[in-house]
Amino acid sequence: MLRTALGKALKGAQLSPKHARVMSQQPKKPEQIEVFIDDIPVKVDPGTTVLQAAAMVGVEIPRFCYHERLAVAGNCRMCLVEVEKSPKPVAACAMPVMKGWRVKTDSEMTKKAREGIMEFLLINHPLDCPICDQGGECDLQDQSMAFGSDKSRFTDIEHSGKRAVEDKDIGPLIKTIMTRCIHCTRCIRFASEVAGVDDLGTTGRGNDMQVGTYVEKMFLSEMSGNIIDLCPVGALTSKPYSFTARPWEIRKIDSIDVLDAVGSNIVVSSRTGEVMRIMPRVNEEINEEWIADKSRFSYDGLKRQRLVTPMLRDNTGELRPVDWEAALLTVAKQIKNAGANVGAIAGGLADAEVLVAVKDLLNRLGSEALCTEHTFPMDGSGTDLRSSYLLNNGIAHAEEADFVLLVGTNPRFEAPLLNSRLRKGYVHNELEVALIGPKVDLRYQYKHLGDGTDVLQQLIGGGHEVSKKLKSAKKPLIIVGSEVLERPDGAAILAVIQKLSASTKAQEGWKVLNVLHKVASQVAALDIGYNPGVDKIRENNPKVLLLLGADEGAIEKADLCDNTFVVYLGHHGDHGATIADAILPGAAYTEKQATYVNTEGRAQQTLVAVTPPGRAREDWKVIRALSEIVGAKLPYDNLNEIRDRLDEVAPHLTKYGEAENANFFKQAQDLAKNVKTQLDCTPLDVKLKDLSDYFMTDSISRASPTMAKCVQAVLKQKQSKF
Amino acid sequence: MLPTLRTVANGLRRSLGLRSLQTTSTLQSDNLFVHRDTPEDNPDIPFQFTTENKKRADAILAIYPEGHKRAAMLPLLDLAQRQHGWLPISAMHHVADILGLPKMRVYEVATFYTMFMRKPTGKYHVQVCTTTPCWLRGSDEIWNTIRENLKLENGETSKDMMFTLSEVECLGACVNAPMVQINDDYYEDLTVEDTVEILCDLKEGRKPKPGPRNGRFAAEPIGEPTSLKGEPPAAGFGVRPDL
Repeated sequence: MLRTALGKALKGAQLSPKHARVMSQQPKKPEQIEVFIDDIPVKVDPGTTVLQAAAMVGVEIPRFCYHERLAVAGNCRMCLVEVEKSPKPVAACAMPVMKGWRVKTDSEMTKKAREGIMEFLLINHPLDCPICDQGGECDLQDQSMAFGSDKSRFTDIEHSGKRAVEDKDIGPLIKTIMTRCIHCTRCIRFASEVAGVDDLGTTGRGNDMQVGTYVEKMFLSEMSGNIIDLCPVGALTSKPYSFTARPWEIRKIDSIDVLDAVGSNIVVSSRTGEVMRIMPRVNEEINEEWIADKSRFSYDGLKRQRLVTPMLRDNTGELRPVDWEAALLTVAKQIKNAGANVGAIAGGLADAEVLVAVKDLLNRLGSEALCTEHTFPMDGSGTDLRSSYLLNNGIAHAEEADFVLLVGTNPRFEAPLLNSRLRKGYVHNELEVALIGPKVDLRYQYKHLGDGTDVLQQLIGGGHEVSKKLKSAKKPLIIVGSEVLERPDGAAILAVIQKLSASTKAQEGWKVLNVLHKVASQVAALDIGYNPGVDKIRENNPKVLLLLGADEGAIEKADLCDNTFVVYLGHHGDHGATIADAILPGAAYTEKQATYVNTEGRAQQTLVAVTPPGRAREDWKVIRALSEIVGAKLPYDNLNEIRDRLDEVAPHLTKYGEAENANFFKQAQDLAKNVKTQLDCTPLDVKLKDLSDYFMTDSISRASPTMAKCVQAVLKQKQSKF
Repeated sequence: MLPTLRTVANGLRRSLGLRSLQTTSTLQSDNLFVHRDTPEDNPDIPFQFTTENKKRADAILAIYPEGHKRAAMLPLLDLAQRQHGWLPISAMHHVADILGLPKMRVYEVATFYTMFMRKPTGKYHVQVCTTTPCWLRGSDEIWNTIRENLKLENGETSKDMMFTLSEVECLGACVNAPMVQINDDYYEDLTVEDTVEILCDLKEGRKPKPGPRNGRFAAEPIGEPTSLKGEPPAAGFGVRPDL
């Protein structure tokens, strides 16, 4: 019901700029109308609001409740402006412009209206800025300075008449101080429209109105942290960040997130060599302006369980701290003894620099045993054609799709921001979704086709009920989870999906086949030429095995010979470190300038926000140092030189921000015909089914107390009756 | 406590000749706008429409076209309140289930409207209007009479769950002031005696006759009409002759 109502509201009034654009693409382009903002003429499409028209000429109208990615509420009244010949000021965010309107955003009437609204807002807003975490980055503070009156008529100095609202407990991530709330309802709209968790709302009326959950219920969404950014005042602040830093003390470094394969753009705020918080950075191609909770809140895992010094396992089986020299000499000795019998496994957080350095080193030693922890079918075209392992159509275009078939994936937890795109399509674009795999809660309705592989066969045969939809769709997407491709019959599944993709009648330039990866390193590793899966290691049984942050337990001590020397290069004392004979401490993603390629094949780089702790060093530099001792010196001494090498291996790895497309679908499909593997009948499954599975999936989030609290909160909420 | 202290302090200041500040009264509602589990009101208490009300609910739902079923929320909540006497949280959940809406959307509506009683309410909900016209016509006496008769304060419910007393704003019967509303009925043109009689009747299980108590049928003047007594003027009355 919300879907229809919202859809109508958005289509009818064209409230979001996104929609204005969609409408303008249609063949019958409505005539533009001319309006004047502060006497500057501007031509706009009919239905554009005053606020949007003003933005086009660079006039910013103050606002609290209006947010361009949410539906228009029009309840804060801060955007009141004068329109010539209108007796009353109009709310710019909700009023569509009419032909010839002269809007005055700086007139006496406008100024008076703003002062009045500001005075009303401040009557019931506590004057606790000195103890408020929003202080310094608060919209209310800034706008009261810019647009408010310099004096107040509020004389209740005894604080006996100000509104006071009790705080809510909405989980371990968001701290609420509801007295500060100015009822902009952004959080409510975000919860209902973007997150799809309708737990927030307004209760009561008039002076007693409050924003909250009415019942004691946590706001448990995988994107809940975004309401902290949306809140224009300090009513919703970050619990882990509370009282730790002020915005003017922190240093902000643009970076990217590596805890899933989406590669959300983030800003890392640091102070005194510590990551204080992580916030999203706008990137329309990837994460818009949201990020998932794991990306935002697991930064405290970067301070715990860290490997801060090189370590070697002594005779008693204990890991003892040693200095770099001893560690590197020991490891080099082992590698020299092993000769070409050296292997490496890349974990989910390894960056492209270390991947290429390790590959160069092992190749120089004569070894080809370079593997990734997560496997991928090698039959058919395997990883030779990039189109087989990328999210080819891009994350941003997912919202334009008209039919999406999800195969063995739970995008809500594997890539929350891709799921938010799908939900956007579902709410605003009449997108239909079907899913093969376990029945999971995606926060929108979808057609569950069962979890058997026979459904795939039926789809190929054309006998299935959704076959027709898939064939007739102009913009169909098939998103397959990398997890099901790790099955023994992964090749067959991929072949079927390639065939199915080819059978659709997608419009030109639209790519149907999409693979959704779960870890940030996988695409770069496959691009560089790593072998997916650890089978090669199991077969070769190398004398020295190098783990590049491989913590998922793809290989156990029992899989290796007794005398295999395991070297762990990584930043967390997790699973990989426990089986290692030597530990070389590396840098986490906030501590190095490193390249990652996201699931759509977009190379992006992290930047150094803080220095690595203790004696930890950037990973590729460790390999470079090791290579010199081993006697196979790698020819790069600094970041630029290794980036040149990356460029040689694959030029797209250094084209930061650009998604390098892959196009050999036809060839991949032809090669897939040779696949001998047959689909087996085990049902398709995904690991991340429930919200409690989402929070701890890698060595960083497993070390994070905040994430542990989230899991606890989800389990507690399950006991609740609400 | 605080308002009393403040009044006293202001009084003192005034008597000492100091300037006192005019402040608004402390803003407090007698209603709580968050849910607290109580023995009477918690989600474990089952709520279902009776067979009869189920039919009514279906009839209500049938009024609204597909895609707009959520408009049935108000009548359904009202139905639930009539069935249960007040609106427990389980009833809100039940309505949310019927409409297929998130529970929060129902909470929002149920807390917005003051006529949804979210806490246990007596069999008779006595609402006394004290807005200006009623007040001018003596609603204070009516209010005090009821308060003393029922031994209840504003917002309280008697222990036997028979009466709940509320002071309300204008109920739109100013011409028949003073008045009280008891459940769905208006009792108008009240005197103290009338009020006591009504309460006695209710206590003894009789249903007092609703409407004006001073002999009027509705809002007409007592006795002879005072205006519009003649024949209505013919068409063109008072119009300029040249038109």
